[in-house]
Amino acid sequence: MEKIKLDVQALDLFFGKKQVLKNIHLSIPEGKITALIGPSGCGKSTLLRSINRLHDLHPDARLMGKILLDGHNILHRNTNVVHLRRRVGMVFQKPNPFPMSIAENVAYGLKINALCSKSEMRARVEQSLRNSFLWEEVADDLDKSALELSGGQQQRLCIARAIAVEPEVILFDEPCSALDPISTAKIEELIMGLRGKFTQVIVTHNMQQAQRVADYTAFMYLGELIEFGETRQIFEKPQQELTKNYVSGHFG
Amino acid sequence: MTKKTISRFFGFALLVSATLLVLAIIGLILFDLLAKGSSAFSWHFLTSFPQKGMTEGGIFPAIFGTTIVTLLSTALAMPLGIGCAVYLQEYAADNNLTRLIRASVRNLAGVPSIVYGLFGLSIFVEGMGMGVSVLAAGCTLGLLTLPSIIATTEEALRNVPRLSREGSLALGATPWECVYTVVLPSAVPGILTGLILALSRAAGETAPILFTGVAFYSRYLPGSVFDEFMALPYHLYILSTQHHAIEAVRPLAYATALTLLLLVFLLNLTAFWVRARHKR
Amino acid sequence: MKSRFFWDTFFNKTLSAAALVSVLTLAGIFLLLLYNGLQAFSTIDIAEFLSAAPWNPAAYDAPVFGIGAMLFSTLIVTFGSMLIAVPLGIGTAAFLSEMASPRLRNLLKPAIEMLAAIPSVVIGFLGIVLVAPGLAQVFDLPNGLNALNGSILLAVMALPTLISVSEDAIHAVPDYYKEASYALGANRWETLLRVTLPACKSGVLAAVMLGLGRALGETMTVLMATGNATAMPHSIFDPVRTITATVAIEMGEVPFRTPHFYSLFACALVLFLITLGVNIAAERLAARLRKKGQ
Repeated sequence: MEKIKLDVQALDLFFGKKQVLKNIHLSIPEGKITALIGPSGCGKSTLLRSINRLHDLHPDARLMGKILLDGHNILHRNTNVVHLRRRVGMVFQKPNPFPMSIAENVAYGLKINALCSKSEMRARVEQSLRNSFLWEEVADDLDKSALELSGGQQQRLCIARAIAVEPEVILFDEPCSALDPISTAKIEELIMGLRGKFTQVIVTHNMQQAQRVADYTAFMYLGELIEFGETRQIFEKPQQELTKNYVSGHFG
Repeated sequence: MTKKTISRFFGFALLVSATLLVLAIIGLILFDLLAKGSSAFSWHFLTSFPQKGMTEGGIFPAIFGTTIVTLLSTALAMPLGIGCAVYLQEYAADNNLTRLIRASVRNLAGVPSIVYGLFGLSIFVEGMGMGVSVLAAGCTLGLLTLPSIIATTEEALRNVPRLSREGSLALGATPWECVYTVVLPSAVPGILTGLILALSRAAGETAPILFTGVAFYSRYLPGSVFDEFMALPYHLYILSTQHHAIEAVRPLAYATALTLLLLVFLLNLTAFWVRARHKR
Repeated sequence: MKSRFFWDTFFNKTLSAAALVSVLTLAGIFLLLLYNGLQAFSTIDIAEFLSAAPWNPAAYDAPVFGIGAMLFSTLIVTFGSMLIAVPLGIGTAAFLSEMASPRLRNLLKPAIEMLAAIPSVVIGFLGIVLVAPGLAQVFDLPNGLNALNGSILLAVMALPTLISVSEDAIHAVPDYYKEASYALGANRWETLLRVTLPACKSGVLAAVMLGLGRALGETMTVLMATGNATAMPHSIFDPVRTITATVAIEMGEVPFRTPHFYSLFACALVLFLITLGVNIAAERLAARLRKKGQ
């Protein structure tokens, strides 16, 4: 039996009066890659963002139920969101490097969280850039603005930035939706390379991507979790009619 | 021609003439001030003191006074305005206090400038004992420009993409760290534009400084913030309505008006340039 | 670790204090005007104050405080300015939005907005040296410093905002409204008149109200160019004195804490309440518009 890193229990989410997530139960195993798939508007990104409590920024959002990270409910009032977000990193749909140099981008999380001394900083930055396969391309331009990088490089920089603070979980919100196929392939390779080091959850609208990278896949539809299982089983032997229709391309 | 075509023709002719009239007004203002203001306008005019009961000489003390009061007012309003905007945009919950703050800011923007003058007279000049001074006038003008600084800063903050904020928060930044390291640096051009426009507004205002600091004539430049000062707009008011030889000083009044106009246009063009440069 | 959260809370509190300055200033202005203004009525009859009795506060034996004439003057100068500015402004806005090429529009709009930067004393000065002689000549008057002059100048000052906001409102009318009208055989003029303008009328109205608020509170321009006579005007060619001008002229010379001093605060209170009312109405209108837009 694998260790469960994240356990979502009876999660409901409302935006104002509209219910966006309905009674979600989902157990995400440690060190594995879990994909969330489903047609747009099914709530997969919303679920992902609740794990980082990004809905706190939305005054209308109301969350009920539990999300346990190592057995502790992160939705509890007393949870320190800042600490939570240090442990749970996030990579967004569009690359969002800060308007600073490449090195400063990677060092950002280390600095604010005071995770290492100044002298270690350079080594940590280099290590993170190596782990995200970006080092070779930027080693000579660490002081250049991150905004001058290509879209794919920017996204790998955002991953380097996220792994630099050594989170336990990394959430990916459609990380390749703004990228070309070559950059997409690099990101996928990178995600698979991080398997085992981090618990990774990836939202994708691309079913081939889910099949290529994910160990487990969850299918969501209209705010409900329809089916969850090993990726191969979801795509080859789905138990639910809806899942079967979706993965065979009948809708979505 | 049908009735329809005729109505259409006259309709559009009406719109064109409205536009031409507006442009003619702008043209007339610029032409008149340039044509009649440039005769007395010179380097000497800008850099020397008024002489012979303000019938000769220049307007240096007025330029100096307007410059320091304007800079002081913006320096005072800047932390308050930016602070208020950051609070409203980044911290404030959606509650009654926030709505009260927003309503106050909006309504402050509509308070007539002469009323600010009365407020400055009662609170700064009298209440706080600043006297009729650079400081009292600076505070009054600062309050006057506060709503516009808040509005432009808020807009600059709103234009920072949500994704930049989330990127920072997702790395474990506190809200303040997010504002300080990511949001404010991105909003700097927008905030700067607003501050320059506030300078321009403060430089042209007369009513709020009327009872709080401006002097009819002063032989010396203000030596401290507790002294009275001369100001460009008030000097123009004096030369055009209160002077003993109004007709004789008309060229000087024109040149003063031209100076004031050039000053605010220069500030506005700077703001325009800052905004355009960072739009890309 | 602890200090990070300390700073976050610290700035949250400090910035909220900065935000409260606006509330305190507005409340302070209101209370100050109310406190000083109401003191005027311990010696002045409130009915007299609001009546058409002459404004003669400095009279040695029996000072009279009536703001009727000034209030009336303020209103005719302001409404006069709107009568000039509104058709001109909407016409120009419609031209920029519906007739001008994008290039021309991008050229003219900033040029017109620059007009808003011209300080009010400069406009007032032009009222004296340019508009007044013109009016005197055209209407055969001894001088042109009168209510009409004030209206023209205030209209010039209101134009840039009015044009800019109306243009935005007209521009925001969705194309499918216009297309539907063309499809029914209407030409561009009919479409503008019957479809586009009615569709954005509350936006334009909000712009007019904002301009009205500004014009009511404008001081220097009217002080310089309207002739400063406290008597009740009989036509737009009579010299007038607005409330703002009265406060500006007399506050500098009045002895403190006299009935005259307090009466000027009462004048300012009346002005404050009128502009506040106009601004709130404009805001309501704009809010209703935003709601409808959603």
